[in-house]
Amino acid sequence: MTPPLSPGAPAIEVKDLVVTNGDVTAVRGVSFSIPAGGRMGLVGESGSGKSMTALALMGLLPMGWHTHGEVLHDGADLAKLSDKALSSRRGRTLSMVFQDPLSSLNPVRRVGDQISWVIRHHTGADRKTAEAQTLELLRSMNLPRPENLVRAYPHEISGGQRQRIMIAMALACYPQLIIADEPTTALDVTVQKQVLRLLNSAVAERNSALLMITHDLPIIAAMCDTVAVMYAGRIVEMGPVQEVFRHPRHHYTRGLLDSQPTMDNIALDGSSRLVSIPGMVPPLHDLPSGCAFNLRCPAATDKCRTDMPELGGETSLKSACWHPIARADEVAAQ
Amino acid sequence: MNVTPFPGEVRPLLEVRQLNQEYFLRRQKLFEPRPILKVLQNIDFAVRRGEAVGVVGESGSGKTTLTRMLTGVEKPHDGQVLYDGTDVWSGTDAERKTFRRSVQVVLQNPRSSLDPRMRVGTSLLEPLRSLKIEGDHAARVHEVLDQVGLSKSALQRFPHEFSGGQLQRIAIARALMPGPKVLIADEPVSALDVSIQAQVLNLLKDLVRDLGLGLVFIAHDLSVVAYTTSKVYVMSSGKIVEVGRPLDLFRAPKADATQNLVAAILSVENGLSGEAFA
Repeated sequence: MTPPLSPGAPAIEVKDLVVTNGDVTAVRGVSFSIPAGGRMGLVGESGSGKSMTALALMGLLPMGWHTHGEVLHDGADLAKLSDKALSSRRGRTLSMVFQDPLSSLNPVRRVGDQISWVIRHHTGADRKTAEAQTLELLRSMNLPRPENLVRAYPHEISGGQRQRIMIAMALACYPQLIIADEPTTALDVTVQKQVLRLLNSAVAERNSALLMITHDLPIIAAMCDTVAVMYAGRIVEMGPVQEVFRHPRHHYTRGLLDSQPTMDNIALDGSSRLVSIPGMVPPLHDLPSGCAFNLRCPAATDKCRTDMPELGGETSLKSACWHPIARADEVAAQ
Repeated sequence: MNVTPFPGEVRPLLEVRQLNQEYFLRRQKLFEPRPILKVLQNIDFAVRRGEAVGVVGESGSGKTTLTRMLTGVEKPHDGQVLYDGTDVWSGTDAERKTFRRSVQVVLQNPRSSLDPRMRVGTSLLEPLRSLKIEGDHAARVHEVLDQVGLSKSALQRFPHEFSGGQLQRIAIARALMPGPKVLIADEPVSALDVSIQAQVLNLLKDLVRDLGLGLVFIAHDLSVVAYTTSKVYVMSSGKIVEVGRPLDLFRAPKADATQNLVAAILSVENGLSGEAFA
């Protein structure tokens, strides 16, 4: 078990993170920090760079991709650590829950052995202690008959159970930070909520920080206290969830919120239409100049096509837009 | 709400009556018969012209098997599949040909349902070729591209050059090529990004309205289905447990399966107010 951080020290602080592979840049200067026990959501569509950001933090980028910038965590800069030093941290001080548990669990080892291996590897506990802890973990994950489950192979259990095993494994060593990359996208809707609720309480119990990566806004609203919206490798809006989702200033965030089918905008007659964002996410090797969203933005002007806006703002909500959506009080003042 | 948009039309376009389907499971004991899994039990289902009908349920509830029945891929163990009033499995060759032409399907993942080595133009012509449909194929291709909002330059390109949302449009275009009367969409947006989902949902809605298609929309997410359709069937363990207007299902779900589905819906609003896990 890692000693808790000194109060006030962030669980992770990312400064100007850039992830590149030759000419292609997936993440173009991302900075954020998550306080100990804090929960941040990272929203974006496919190709926005949200998963690459997570993999860069974990030091798990695919071949050919390189990280620049600083990733400060537990008194070290993860971006500069050797593979060996990183691997002694993964699963101990920071851990990750992936989207598809079937491809991240070892198919030829019993799930119980896989969990207790993590505990033994990082804490040096003996087999008996580790196995007892594993059972305890599975029990806390509301898994039925943990004594039998530890002897099961991944293919023998359901998707929801598998994902709970992954969460148990990620939480086994009380990490300071848990990164969850689309943890419930592969699950059935009815199971999704159970798994999220469990992750929610397990993270709270350990006072771990959470970085929740998803394209699903309702999940962020339910789980996180801050949110960063990514588009084409940059954070375009960041701040407290309540503010960003209730009064977004960036047109992209507004568009994402409007395109959610909700109970309110569901057709009373068959004629209602969802608002959609026209066009598509630009490919990484062919980004427009200026603001990357300018091709799809309803408020784009010539300035947006030439100059790149920086993240800024006077309140806790920061947005990167030349023509931010006016708040209600600002409209009234005019 | 208009449940029968073409008044006076009573006969459904595509209908199944008392449909049952069973699969044999692996033999458990040497001298006993193989156990039977009843995947569909006494299903009654119908879709009319210009009507969008939803089917929801958890995985394993029988949604996909029902799709296979509706498209004539699988023969039912018991019961009838009727297209325009004639039984698909006992009709003449000509009737069967009309059926195959008139019921088309759009699947979940366009990346795996389009041939990666075929230009989009060739992919679009494939259904006309395989169903041996005569006529001005080039004109038909242009007409369909127009309907789904794609430009002609798409024809010369390969699937990997498109984003997920555009590929799903291409898949819809291909399904429209033979001029179907019923379109069956099996989880058509669950592999797409949120901002793109809305585009595809709106497109499906337009097609129902403009072409008078019958749409069968299959999904596990009740809010997406409710947005697109005017009538929803809820399935659970191979049975239809509830049928109704989407809004009624939301407000007053009766069957347990429907209640579970409604309870599972997360929205931004109940997340922000802290009620998501209440």
